[in-house]
Amino acid sequence: MSAASPLLRLQGVTHFYGGGKGRNLLALDGVSLDVGHGDFLSLLGPSGCGKSTLLRLIAGLAAPTGGTIAWPDGKPTPGDIGFVFQEPTLMPWASIADNVRLPLRLTGRKATTGEIASALDLVGLGDFAQAFPRELSGGMKMRAALARALVTQPRLLLLDEPFAALDEITRFRLNEDLMRIWRERQCTVIFVTHSVFEAAFLSQRVAVMSPRPGRIVAEEPIDLPILRVPELRTDPAYSAICRKLSDRLAVAMSEPLMSEVGP
Amino acid sequence: MKALLDRLAPLALGLIGLALWEGLTRLYAVPVYVLPGPLLIAQTLWLDGASLLGSLWITLRITALALLAATLGGVGLAVVMAQSRLIERSLFPYAVIAQVTPVVAIAPLIIIWADNTTLALVICAWIVAFFPIVAATMTGLNAAEKNLRDLFRLYGAGRWQTLRLLRAPAALPYFLTGLRVSGGLSLVGAVVAEFVAGTGGAETGLAFRILESGYRLQIPRLFAALVMLAGAGIAIYMALDLLSRLILRRWHDSALKEPS
Ligand SMILES: Nc1ncnc2c1ncn2[C@@H]1O[C@H](COP(=O)(O)OP(=O)(O)OP(=O)(O)O)[C@@H](O)[C@H]1O
Ligand SMILES: [Mg+2]
Repeated sequence: MSAASPLLRLQGVTHFYGGGKGRNLLALDGVSLDVGHGDFLSLLGPSGCGKSTLLRLIAGLAAPTGGTIAWPDGKPTPGDIGFVFQEPTLMPWASIADNVRLPLRLTGRKATTGEIASALDLVGLGDFAQAFPRELSGGMKMRAALARALVTQPRLLLLDEPFAALDEITRFRLNEDLMRIWRERQCTVIFVTHSVFEAAFLSQRVAVMSPRPGRIVAEEPIDLPILRVPELRTDPAYSAICRKLSDRLAVAMSEPLMSEVGP
Repeated sequence: MKALLDRLAPLALGLIGLALWEGLTRLYAVPVYVLPGPLLIAQTLWLDGASLLGSLWITLRITALALLAATLGGVGLAVVMAQSRLIERSLFPYAVIAQVTPVVAIAPLIIIWADNTTLALVICAWIVAFFPIVAATMTGLNAAEKNLRDLFRLYGAGRWQTLRLLRAPAALPYFLTGLRVSGGLSLVGAVVAEFVAGTGGAETGLAFRILESGYRLQIPRLFAALVMLAGAGIAIYMALDLLSRLILRRWHDSALKEPS
């Protein structure tokens, strides 16, 4: 799967928040990570450890305070990255179809109705193209946001806990759909989650992060068949991996917290 | 049932008030040049209605022109100021100065400078009315959710795209709130300007009729003109309120039908 040079290389990425004197908050502390072409990487870590921050830095929405983020094969251009934020982030004044069409409009691509409809069908919102965001449930809004992120056929998908608000059945179904999309489009996925089970089911590799300031304390390759089928959820190999990830996470959580106040 | 009561209650209160007013003026035989009773006012409204309506029309025309100018000028100014912090810092103080200077104080100057009375009146009313639209629209242009702005950046949206597809729609509910306030203020501005201008032109607006009735001690007619003015103000507010509900119907919480 992985080519000679990675898609993305993070080296010693550090990020501070806040500008007030003495009120700096160190969110990320020396994160180094290679993400290969076609990788499916999960970021697993406790709340507030800087997972969303890391995704924003990778997307170029903020510049890291320290360290570098390099794209050996060229920087992504608009439309190369799809981002699902932790909140649905839909435009309340536009229909779901128009929300999904937005990335195509902004990047000046022609959008056919068929494209929008198939993106919505993919997330099971085919009947809601003309609905407005307020008429959708929280989980449905997240699915609309996923359709929007997919519509430009991005090379890199950044997903920030996209399925946290969904019921188990829908989440399992979307997990499998996401697997299929990843396989078919050969894109790269960075997936943020709190759930050990989700991380184990989806990923080729899991990076475990420590509580604030976020550091990567373990990188676990997931030795399961590339194609994940629903039956896997009851497989002993899967359970063993979940247990291992849980242990890693527990170790990460028990490490002493560093001072929250930076220089 | 409860909804009906909600509507009838203010009406009933108003009627009781009017009845008391009528009763007291009769009981104490208050002279009509001090305080006419509501029945007499209604009668005057009926008899002088046609000529007063002509004056109301003139005042309303000035109001409408001022509101139009306030909308165009206010939105334009807000959009220009929203382009950069520096532009905002340089322009905003002058908008505030125009807002806090009492229009009666500058109206005589404007009337001298503008060679056309109607134009002078519109300018005065515009000065009174434009600030709420500027302030509200500016707030709205910066009100879009942070993640949405980031989404636009992620897809490399240009300044114009961001304005048209993100900032303008986000500003719409704020603008409409400003518009409702400015609608009433345009009328106030038009009336104040007419008061200052006196009988400057051949056309006399409602404000001048009020002045004139006062001088001639035709107090019932003064009250009739006041009733008309208040009615016009309420009508303007209700029309703008309806407009904003229609526009925001599908997506904004403020336009939600209230549960009855
Ligand atoms: N805009 C901001 N300004 C200041 N501090 C921030 C900002 N955004 C995040 N932080 C801080 O940075 C730290 C990391 O935040 P981040 O949102 O990246 O965490 P997270 O791992 O995504 O958490 P969660 O799993 O709860 O979403 C937190 O301690 C938070 O308080
Ligand atoms: Mg987060």
